[in-house]
Amino acid sequence: MSILVNKDTRLLVQGITGGEGTFHTEQMLDYGTNVVAGVTPGKGGQAHLGVPVFNTVSEAVRETGANTSIIFVPPPFAADAVMESAAAGVALIVCITEGIPTRDMVQAKRKVIHTGSRLIGPNCPGVITPGEAKVGIMPGFVHRPGRVGIISRSGTLTYEAVGQLVAAGLGQSTAIGIGGDPIIGSTFTDLLELFAADDDTDAVILIGEIGGSAEQEAAAFIAEHFPKPVISFIAGQTAPPGRRMGHAGAIISGGGGSAAEKMDALREAGVTVCESPAIIGEMVVKALQ
Amino acid sequence: MKVHEFQAKEVLSRYGVTVPDNRVASTPEEAEAAAIELGGGTVVVKAQIHAGGRGKGGGVKVVSNPAEAKAAAEEMLGKPLITHQTGPEGQLVRIVIVEAGMSIASELYAGIVLDRAAEKPAFMASSEGGMEIEVVAENSPEKIIKHWFDTGSGLQPYQARDLAYAIGLEGKQASSAAKFFIQLAKAYVETDASLAEINPLVVTTDGEVMALDAKINFDDNALYRHPDIAEYHDPHEEDPLEVEAQKFDLNYIKLDGNIACMVNGAGLAMATMDLIKYAGGEPANFLDVGGAADVETVSNGFRILMSDENVKVVLINIFGGIVRCDRVALGVVEAMSNVQVDVPVVVRLEGTNAEQASQILNDSDFEFLVAADFKDAAEKAVAALGITPDGEGA
Repeated sequence: MSILVNKDTRLLVQGITGGEGTFHTEQMLDYGTNVVAGVTPGKGGQAHLGVPVFNTVSEAVRETGANTSIIFVPPPFAADAVMESAAAGVALIVCITEGIPTRDMVQAKRKVIHTGSRLIGPNCPGVITPGEAKVGIMPGFVHRPGRVGIISRSGTLTYEAVGQLVAAGLGQSTAIGIGGDPIIGSTFTDLLELFAADDDTDAVILIGEIGGSAEQEAAAFIAEHFPKPVISFIAGQTAPPGRRMGHAGAIISGGGGSAAEKMDALREAGVTVCESPAIIGEMVVKALQ
Repeated sequence: MKVHEFQAKEVLSRYGVTVPDNRVASTPEEAEAAAIELGGGTVVVKAQIHAGGRGKGGGVKVVSNPAEAKAAAEEMLGKPLITHQTGPEGQLVRIVIVEAGMSIASELYAGIVLDRAAEKPAFMASSEGGMEIEVVAENSPEKIIKHWFDTGSGLQPYQARDLAYAIGLEGKQASSAAKFFIQLAKAYVETDASLAEINPLVVTTDGEVMALDAKINFDDNALYRHPDIAEYHDPHEEDPLEVEAQKFDLNYIKLDGNIACMVNGAGLAMATMDLIKYAGGEPANFLDVGGAADVETVSNGFRILMSDENVKVVLINIFGGIVRCDRVALGVVEAMSNVQVDVPVVVRLEGTNAEQASQILNDSDFEFLVAADFKDAAEKAVAALGITPDGEGA
C-alpha cells in the first residue's frame, strides 16, 4: 500500500524547463514515475522531455488529471507556486525549493490548509515509494521496496539511514523528507497518522534535528496513538546554541530546541532513540524482532 | 542576519517606533562631539557588538558630560568586550553610540518571534524588563503575556491594548504603548524579521514609551527584497573563516575541536559531528558542501578547513546521490595538490560512483585512510589523532 505516492501518482512538475527541473524530471522518468505534465508560465504548448508543458497548473490538471505536483521554482516565486497548485486542487504538493522567505511560507501554508491539499517541504528531498514512484531528488538506486517507513528533516542523512537499512536486508515502504525550514507543510505527526493506518508499514524511522519542537509533538502523539515501533535519531547533539546549522530551521534558541530535550521526550514515549547515527539500521532490526 | 543596536533602531524609527536620540561614533572625539550635539548633559555610551550582555561586560556607561563621554568611548573603542555571549576572547568594539539620557519610571519588555508550532508570530510583553526573557519564562511564566497575530492583518488594536494593560500600564501610557506595539509588529512583518526584542522597553518619568535597547534578527532568505537591510551586514562580527566560506557559498561554522569534517547535506554534517563526539573526538567545524559539490567547491572547502590551526585530522563523509563521489574525490586530490596538508585525511565515500572515487584516491600521490562505513570513518578519525604526518597509520 505505502503512503502518499505510488503507481497511481500522476505527477506535474512546476518549473520543468529550468536546470533543476529538467535534470530531476529526467531522473524521475528513469525511475518510472508517471510524469504527466509540466508547468512553466510562457512555455505552454511546448513539450519538454516528452512531457506536455502548460502555462498554468489549473490548465495542466484539467488536461492531464495530475494529482501530485513537485516544485523546482526559484525561492522568490516558490510560495506562489505552492498556492497555485493548492488553488488548482492538487492533492499532494512536494516543494523542493530551498531558501523561501518564512513570511511567504506562513501565507502559503494557510492557503494549503484552506484548500485541503497536503504539502511536503519546502527545502526537502521529496517522497519515494521504492519500486513505484519517486517524487523528489533522492538517489532512487539506494532504496529497496520493503516495510519500514521513514520521516526525516534531512536529505543525505535519510539516504544514510536507507543505506543502513538495505545493508541490514530491510526495504522501505515510503521515505519522506519533510524539510529543514521553520515552517513546513507536513509534520512528523501528520505523517505518523498515515503510517499508523498503512498495513504495509511495520516500523517507522524518525530522523529529527535541533530547532523547534516538532519532535516533542511527535513524541506526544506516539505515546497516545502510534502502535508500531519507532526508531529515532536526532542530529545536532554537538551543535552550539544560537547558530543556524545549514537548515534555516536548525537552531537552538533561548526557548529550546536542543537535541537532548527531543531525545528525552521521544524516549519517554517509548521510542528507540539512537545516540549514534551509525546504528539506525541495526536498531530497526532489533525493534522488529 | 544579526544587526547592531543602532541599525535596529534606525529600522524601528522608520516605522514610527520611538527610540532615544542617538549618534554613532567610531573615535573618542566623535563621541565627545555627539554628546555636545545631544545637549551636553547626561548621555549613555554603548558599545556596538552583536553579542548580548553588554551592560554587565562594561559596554554601557552612563556619563554626565561630553568629556566623560569621550573618556568612556576611549575605554571601549579598539578593545575586546567580553560578555557571556562572546566567548572568553571577547568581540572587538569598533563603534559606539552616544544616546540621550533620560529619566526612567519603569522598565518593561516587548518581543516578537515566530511560533513554529502555531505557524504565526507571537507578540510577547512583560512587566519584567531588563532581565533575560528566557529567565522570566523559566521562573515566572505567568508574567509573560502573549498574543499571536496574522502576518497579513498585523497585530490588532485590541491585542495591543490588552498587552499594554496586562503589563501594568494605564491611561495615556497604555495607549502610547499600544501604538508602539502595533508599529513594532508592522516593522517585524514588513522587514521579514525573524526576531525583534525591545528589552528594556521604558516608560520615562515624562510618560513617554520608548525602545531603550533593540535587537532585530532578519530572515536571511528574504534579504534579497531588503537591500537596505542587507547592507547592515557586518563581517567584523563573524569568524574570518566563516566570512571566507560565505564567498564560496559554503555553509561553514567554526567549532572548538580538532577533527575537521567535510560533508554533503546539513543533517548528515550534524550527524557526522555527533558521531565524532560519540567516538571520543571533538569536531572542529560544521561544513556542508551542499547538494552540488564539485571539484571547485570541495577544493575551496578543503582550503578553509586547513586554515583552522587546531585541525589535527580531516574527515570527509559524502553520501553521493546527485553528488557524484568521483567528482568529490577529484576535488580532494586537487585540493591536496594545492594546499599544504600535513594531517591524516580519512575518507568515506558512499553512493553514486563510489568505486571510481576509490580508484581516483588510490591512484593519487597522497595517502588516505579509507573508511568502510560511517562508524568506521569516525573511529578512524579519532584513532588518527595519535598519528604524526610521517607515522605508520596511513
